[in-house]
Amino acid sequence: MEETSNFVRIRRGLTLPLLLLVAWEASSRFGLVDIRFLPPIEDVILTAKQEIIDNGLVGQLGSSLLRNIAGFLIGAVLGIGFGTLLAVVNIADRLIMPTFNGIKQISLLAWIPLISVWFGFAEQAKIVFVALAAFIPIALNTHDGIKDAPRELVEVGRALCFNSWQRISRIYLPVALPSIATGIHLGLIYSWLATVGAEYFLAVGPGIGGLVIAGRERFDMALVMVGVIILGIVGFAFNRLAGAAERRLLRWRE
Amino acid sequence: MILLTERLTERPGMAIDIEFEGQARRRNWSQHPAIRWVRRGEAFLFPVGLIALWWIASARGWLPEQILPAPAYVVATGRDMISTGELFYHAGVSLRRVVFGFAIGASLGMVLGIAIGLSRRFEDYVKPVFLAFAQIPTLGWIPLLMLLVGIEETLKIIIIAKSALVPVTLNTFSGIRSVPAKYLEVGRALRFSRWQTLRLIILPSAVPSIFTGIRYGLTHAWTSLVGVELLASSEGLGYLLVWGRQMFWLDTVIIAMVVIGIIGFAMDRGLEASEVLIRRWKRQAED
Repeated sequence: MEETSNFVRIRRGLTLPLLLLVAWEASSRFGLVDIRFLPPIEDVILTAKQEIIDNGLVGQLGSSLLRNIAGFLIGAVLGIGFGTLLAVVNIADRLIMPTFNGIKQISLLAWIPLISVWFGFAEQAKIVFVALAAFIPIALNTHDGIKDAPRELVEVGRALCFNSWQRISRIYLPVALPSIATGIHLGLIYSWLATVGAEYFLAVGPGIGGLVIAGRERFDMALVMVGVIILGIVGFAFNRLAGAAERRLLRWRE
Repeated sequence: MILLTERLTERPGMAIDIEFEGQARRRNWSQHPAIRWVRRGEAFLFPVGLIALWWIASARGWLPEQILPAPAYVVATGRDMISTGELFYHAGVSLRRVVFGFAIGASLGMVLGIAIGLSRRFEDYVKPVFLAFAQIPTLGWIPLLMLLVGIEETLKIIIIAKSALVPVTLNTFSGIRSVPAKYLEVGRALRFSRWQTLRLIILPSAVPSIFTGIRYGLTHAWTSLVGVELLASSEGLGYLLVWGRQMFWLDTVIIAMVVIGIIGFAMDRGLEASEVLIRRWKRQAED
């Protein structure tokens, strides 16, 4: 059954998207819906082409990605450092962790107004916001991963008279690696969400989020669709990338 | 405690008993109310320190009012907003939106997840499209839906429902797929009908996973509520944030953030508590 099903599964998987495309094309061609709400497929493709060639879509995507990666890297480094510090230093953990757990309950987007007051509307504010989005899950997962380190390993470290740096680099971080990888995966997803959010709410600059907002303001559905599809593709790519990185990082454990 | 010692003294072998007793007493000591209070108090040292720093900073005028208002001022504004009922009004609007949207999204998600989980054929047809749509971040849908349905209540409900739908569907699906095969065999041996298998075997064993989905769904719903209210709303906590920001009333902004945090925390804790109950119930059922 398994051998025949592969072809069948692909056929089944393609059925619904093809039907949707046909329905889309037919309804815009025969005027079943207002083309302002559902522009014909070729309009969307033409808009995409025009944006790429005339309006520097690639550059816009590039500046979104750059912003995303810069923020993510800052957030990841700080998050791993912060998580490790709290997990290793007991007193810091007991003093600071409850506050951190409280603060993380504030949903991410609610930070935007405050960040815009403190850091303005420019690039700096956006990167701070993206970094915050990556920082929270990475710090939490690093912390939990180290806290869950098996006692025997910690005791081995003590028996070998490791100093604190050796304990962190030889025992805690390797043990926590799967958990850190999960944190990085989540951090990548959240930071992309935050990049889009930052581009929506903080002043319009180059970027895919700005493109989508501009499309909405001009009531240009085709442009909005192009933007949304790109958002989806980038999100998908990040997700895949993080999954692959996670597997590669953890391969030594098998 | 009494139960434990009773059971131990029933057993023969004094040495073990004494050791157990000693351990129990030691653990008991660390759970002494005074120690527990100190432990709990520790958690407040850091925030109290931060607030003290904040208070000093604003009293000495290290930072301008517009960047960081004095804590007393924020508290006064908060009291004001509570006594005029403004805060409860906006929080109520937000909560109503989340409850409606989440109820719709979670129930649709469960139905979809069950359908995809039960039928391989349905999975093959629907899951790829579903996953493709799920890749687009909720924020991405907002401008598109604004053009389609306007900026009224419908937009908010659809966005919140969508953000709850995705995790609920995926977790329901994986819960149903990971029902142990031996349970299904028992059902087959007992000649259960399809409906009985679903009701008595598959759903109960998928409950913890469905619940995880619900928890994620509610968290996502709350986040996207804030997003959609920031972009398009004339009431609600997100609106309070935007409005306070525009007026440069940072006190209002901070209060809205705190309320958003508290409600998010309360919802998450409530679900966590019921999740623990459900897991315990499941373990009992399995024993």
